[in-house]
Amino acid sequence: MSENKEIILSVKDLEIQFTLRGQTLTAIRGISMDLYKGESLAIVGESGSGKSVFTKSFMGMLDKNGKVTGGEILYKGRDLAKYKTQKEWLGIRGKEIAMVFQDPMTSLNPLKTVGKQIQEAIVLHQGLKGPEAKERAIEYLKDVGIPDPERRYKQYPHEFSGGMRQRAVIATAMACNPEILICDEPTTALDVTIQAQIIELLRDMQRKYDLTIIYITHDLGVVAKVADRVAVMYAGDIIEVGTAYEVFYNAQHPYTWALLSSLPQLGIKGEPLYSIKGTPPNLFKEIKGDAYAPRNPYALNIDHEIRPPYFDVSPTHKVRSWLQDPRAPKAEPPKTIQRMLDRWKEVYTNE
Amino acid sequence: MSSENIQREKLLEVKDLWVSFGKGRKKFQAIKGVSFDIYKGETFGLVGESGSGKTTIGRAIIRINPVEKGEIIFKGKRISGKIDKETNKELIRNIQMIFQDPMASLNERAKVDYIVSEGLYNIHGFTDEADRQAKVRKAMMDVGLPPEFATRFPHEFSGGQRQRIGIARTLIMNPELVIADEPISALDVSIRAQVLNLLMDLQRQYGLTYLFIAHDLSIMRFITNRLAVIYKGQIVELGETEKVFQHALHPYTKALISAIPQPDPLSERNRTVLQYDPSVHDYTVDKPVWTEIEEGHWVLANEAEQAAYRAEIQENL
Repeated sequence: MSENKEIILSVKDLEIQFTLRGQTLTAIRGISMDLYKGESLAIVGESGSGKSVFTKSFMGMLDKNGKVTGGEILYKGRDLAKYKTQKEWLGIRGKEIAMVFQDPMTSLNPLKTVGKQIQEAIVLHQGLKGPEAKERAIEYLKDVGIPDPERRYKQYPHEFSGGMRQRAVIATAMACNPEILICDEPTTALDVTIQAQIIELLRDMQRKYDLTIIYITHDLGVVAKVADRVAVMYAGDIIEVGTAYEVFYNAQHPYTWALLSSLPQLGIKGEPLYSIKGTPPNLFKEIKGDAYAPRNPYALNIDHEIRPPYFDVSPTHKVRSWLQDPRAPKAEPPKTIQRMLDRWKEVYTNE
Repeated sequence: MSSENIQREKLLEVKDLWVSFGKGRKKFQAIKGVSFDIYKGETFGLVGESGSGKTTIGRAIIRINPVEKGEIIFKGKRISGKIDKETNKELIRNIQMIFQDPMASLNERAKVDYIVSEGLYNIHGFTDEADRQAKVRKAMMDVGLPPEFATRFPHEFSGGQRQRIGIARTLIMNPELVIADEPISALDVSIRAQVLNLLMDLQRQYGLTYLFIAHDLSIMRFITNRLAVIYKGQIVELGETEKVFQHALHPYTKALISAIPQPDPLSERNRTVLQYDPSVHDYTVDKPVWTEIEEGHWVLANEAEQAAYRAEIQENL
């Protein structure tokens, strides 16, 4: 997916800190990552791993006590990490990068009709006015699969069901005409059957408007469905990134192993699931070595001392783990991971 | 957990259960004639979308929602409608519930010690203070929390630990049936595995019977022995979990199963999601009945559909 692909957004050694009661918390600890035009990148990780903070920094939406303390976010020749004022951000937010949030109940204004909210974005970002803007808003409602758009245009969010509301939120985002769409847990609050529909809708929108989409989610089922590439985050760092096939069938980082092995879908009935021991590290303190080392049954001595660099498993697959070092002893991945690899081999030898 | 080892002794019987909310024109029929049995020692799953009535059934069993019609029988004794004080007390001890959101279900102003033993106070379930403390200690250790934590307040715990407290307070009552209403959906992925493992361990250790209520079918497949699928207040299909997954008959079950995302890109990319269209059923003349279509496999269908399902079963053999 990434070969000969145009880079649309490039993050270099990004560090983000928050000040809380006089203490400093490092939420993002030096992430470098490229986003390719037209791709779907999924960012996965536990809550607190920094996946939301990371993407919010692309839109200048960090909380007041948080700021970018190092690194660059390069987008169309501009460094977003240097942006300070709201005025600067207005050129990016919505217009270039838009966001769809988890809970459609809270991301729409309950006091305004759905149509007006979409129209607002059209007026602001597409320069249309009056009846033209209204017509376009109705078009967008139709576009995202809302039946009877003329009537729906005049309704308030509370008159919409959860799935329809999420569709309306997507319409609002589309009305801004963005290049990049960030979807933060877009389906978590919805029923399974509705989930599938929303995912399908997002894929349609991606094809139609040539969008680049970042999915933030902890649902690895959704990731398997939509992602071209997957980035796994742990304690404010991307510890493994690769194509979806590489990360699901040939995972290399022990944390990714643990994450996959703890899924009931991949477990064997009647046998206990793998569960990660301990708790994530305290980000108020400086982390020495690999952040996952204290919980990692595969940890080497060096993991507790020196932070591993990225090792290239393939041109598209990078892993931050000392196990990749040629001098490291060979680690036997858990059974679930081996089964995933076997499945991959099975499919490919048959074809 | 394997189904062969389960003694087929009925612990709970739900017979033609109807539950409604509101009166007159505002009446909403939440449950429309639901029947199922739960056998001792098994994990019985109730799966459905939000608003389907799965929680209402759980709450009707523990007498929070009044039963409009039908009856619920626990260990051969009717527990719905008017019951005497003694039965009620017995029931409180024997049927316990674990709730979804561990952040909302614990009293913020009480210490864990009190939260865990609150149920015991209500039924005078201890002889003296030392006995109570010993029981709290044991319950805490059973769920994998250090007993010293009993002096702390809920806000000092993480989500996973709070859910363990929620489990400890049901366990201390020494129940036979535990109703777990979405016990892991509010938890982080890695914590889910811990809580699922704990629930399975406790089942083995104490021979507990679970009624597991959830919307997530993939977790249901992993943890339940038998599964009932509920749609708009009616159970449309019930059977051994694997059977339901591999040879679902009702179109709604099929649609639901087709919608589960699997953490497996190879199969995900070719997956087609089926849509359930209730108008496929023509129930104008030929009314649907709750039928045992093959041994242990129940489905809601009319005469014509039953014939079609039987043919489908023959084909699958």
